Amino acid sequence: MKLLRLAPEHTNFGFMRFRRVSYPFSAFLSIISVATFLLIGMNFGIDFAGGTLMELRAKSGKADIAALRASADRLGLGEVEVQGFGNESDVTLRLRLQPGGDVAQRAAVQKVQEALGTETYDYRRVEVVGPRVSGELVQSGTLGVVLSIVAVLTYLWFRFEWQFAVGAVIGTMHDLLLTVGFFCVTQLEFNTTSIAAILTIVGYSLNETVVVLDRIREMMKKYKRMPISDMIDLSINAVLPRTIMTATTVFLALLALVFFGGHVIRSFSLAMMWGIFVSTYSSIFICSPILIYLGVRNLAAESGKADSSVD
Amino acid sequence: MLRFSSWKVTSILLMSLLAVLLVVPSMLGETSFKSIKAALPKWLPVEQIVLGLDLQGGAHLMLEVDAADVLRTQVANLRDDVRRILREENVRTLSGGIGAQGRTVQFRVTDANDRAKALTKLRLQSQPSGMSALGVASPPTFDIAEATDGMVRLTLSEQATQDKVRRAVDQSIEVLRRRVDALGTTEPNIQRQGVDRVLVQVPGLQDTKRLIEILGTTAKLEFRLVADTGFNPADVEMLPQTDQPGVLPIEKQVMVQGEDLTDAQPGFDQRTSEPVVNFRFNIKGGQQFGAVTSANVGKPFAIVLDGKVISAPRILGPITGGSGQISGRFTVEQASNLAILLRAGALPAKLTIVEERTVGPGLGQDSIDAGKLAAYVAAGLVVLYMLITYGVFGVFADLALLIHVVMIFASIVLLQATLTLPGIAGIIFTIGMAVDSNVLIYERIREEHKLGRSIVSSLDAGFNRAFATIVDSNATMMVAAIILYFLGSGPVRGFAVSLGLGILTTIITAVTMTRMMISLWYRWARPTRLPI
Repeated sequence: MKLLRLAPEHTNFGFMRFRRVSYPFSAFLSIISVATFLLIGMNFGIDFAGGTLMELRAKSGKADIAALRASADRLGLGEVEVQGFGNESDVTLRLRLQPGGDVAQRAAVQKVQEALGTETYDYRRVEVVGPRVSGELVQSGTLGVVLSIVAVLTYLWFRFEWQFAVGAVIGTMHDLLLTVGFFCVTQLEFNTTSIAAILTIVGYSLNETVVVLDRIREMMKKYKRMPISDMIDLSINAVLPRTIMTATTVFLALLALVFFGGHVIRSFSLAMMWGIFVSTYSSIFICSPILIYLGVRNLAAESGKADSSVD
Repeated sequence: MLRFSSWKVTSILLMSLLAVLLVVPSMLGETSFKSIKAALPKWLPVEQIVLGLDLQGGAHLMLEVDAADVLRTQVANLRDDVRRILREENVRTLSGGIGAQGRTVQFRVTDANDRAKALTKLRLQSQPSGMSALGVASPPTFDIAEATDGMVRLTLSEQATQDKVRRAVDQSIEVLRRRVDALGTTEPNIQRQGVDRVLVQVPGLQDTKRLIEILGTTAKLEFRLVADTGFNPADVEMLPQTDQPGVLPIEKQVMVQGEDLTDAQPGFDQRTSEPVVNFRFNIKGGQQFGAVTSANVGKPFAIVLDGKVISAPRILGPITGGSGQISGRFTVEQASNLAILLRAGALPAKLTIVEERTVGPGLGQDSIDAGKLAAYVAAGLVVLYMLITYGVFGVFADLALLIHVVMIFASIVLLQATLTLPGIAGIIFTIGMAVDSNVLIYERIREEHKLGRSIVSSLDAGFNRAFATIVDSNATMMVAAIILYFLGSGPVRGFAVSLGLGILTTIITAVTMTRMMISLWYRWARPTRLPI
């Protein structure tokens, strides 16, 4: 049986040549990410912004979005977002955080439910997050991201020589930044599961980086005379089949999740997909070339340190 | 590589078998699961997977004890205590009587002797009842400060309020449990969260609106007299009515409290057939109620619930039977709710809902179906892809993948962790990730073989060299999973659980199990050519 190979045998791409393109390109994307974050910002879900999310399904026929919007607007609860999704009978209602603390949120839900009644709509989901809980979720979410970065740094510090660690850190930050940019540009809802996506992307990004860097370190011992950029190219070409394979399998799994996993976790799935893509790119085009700039060559000459930790 | 001891093979097979057995109960329907569980010995971990509220539908409510309310009650009680002590000691206060503000109560007594008498009593009062666990006296519940002009200032300590809040949470948990149980729900989870919060999770509940009404009500019931005309404003407060606008002057003194009820049942009034709540007093309550009603025939009394007058009927004659009925233009549901609340007792303090997440059973089922479908499609795609890329080695990877998924589920059952929708997403993600280890190994084997090693030697080198990388790369994911587990709540924690378990089982299945399969295959097939 002829087996499928996505990556051709004996590849010999000059990946390092692309660094003159990839660095400006990534810098550009990073700037866009920061700019959109500052100018547009993320579309925070109720987990972080507080407020109310209701998911309704019309008991028969279509949901009348215009009528829903009209009756919701009459309640004087500020801006009410009414959105259809999926099929025509489903609709979500989102109330902003009401002034007046925790009690006011519940009262607003009651008002809406009284106005809409229970005859025409099923309440499939009601989520109310008060101002204090949302504040706490922001805190624990931020803490989570910060902690994971610290944990990653510590890990890299123990695991790699500093040049490698710097490369990995820059790669991870790059992926993190671009994921934030992804949320800003697409305006996908950002909630607690998005934090889960971000942390998983950090994990995956590092995973990719470790695989590439591990190989570079191994090659460094083997080919001490080879110019550093050739050696990195050789290493990347060696792990390329694996990189492509794994990115594809994870991508396939996430693809199934995006299409069939339902709307509740769609933003999570999309963000993960983007993260896989970015992590794969950065492990090759961002983390590795940094080694050239940081002068890893010297390290290859006195490779005693690397020996002790490999194999 | 080739030598794979038979005890190792046996233990791997046993482990897989065990995992399969652990998962089987979760695939059964409710009734057949119950009959099987009943037939097997009790110590066997025959359990079904616990589904999160986002999958089985239900309500997740976070309630918070209102610390300000607790403080208000504490200050009011302290003020009452002061009033009682001053009255008992026959001490007169000067201008303004007893004032209360924030966490202080103050009064002025000019006569030094009187003041000393009152202070002695108050110091006694400030000592908390009982000793702390170590036999050391706890700090006083309030500080006493004396000013030069005879002003006495009592300040409640923060500690006292905090203790009270903590106790209020404990008592609330009891009351809430009784209330939720009265709704006839199965296996509610009610637990303390932090210092001042209670988490209530009720799975599979249809009527969440009613649950919220019932949990959010303090249900402090009082029987008080309606004040006569020409009342003393200090002893009376104006309270709103539930069924009509306007306020009624109600005596502050409470005749009988809700605590003195032994039973309450919804019913119908015999004459008007209006929904009512029938109740029965305990002996003390019955006697008190009898005494007050005998002394006040012809006057109206008020039934006050949480500071609102439900109804204010006239006392037609002494009520000494120890039972009565509350009417208040209720709907049938309102009467039934009130009966539940009165039976379960009042909450010790006001509770506020600070977070509410309810998922209807319809959406939960949809999410399960969507998750299942996504999992099947993901697994199908990955399995197929591995197969066409690695041929017979792909089969091994796929078998390992299957066991990997079974093992995740088995661990979830064994740990009694909760499977949530993000948890399913996590499992799907690990389906993609699990084969990464196989890929690392296989690609390494190919490489080693291309470098001119023999088949056996390439297989050996592939496994050995890839192992360090596998551990390394999985360690980074594990870090993410652990942090998520400790910081995430509910559904997100479910994701962390499946991610973490998935990483652990990958090492077992993708490395050890695949290695075993390949070594058995090699001994059996004796290939002359590497099939990848």
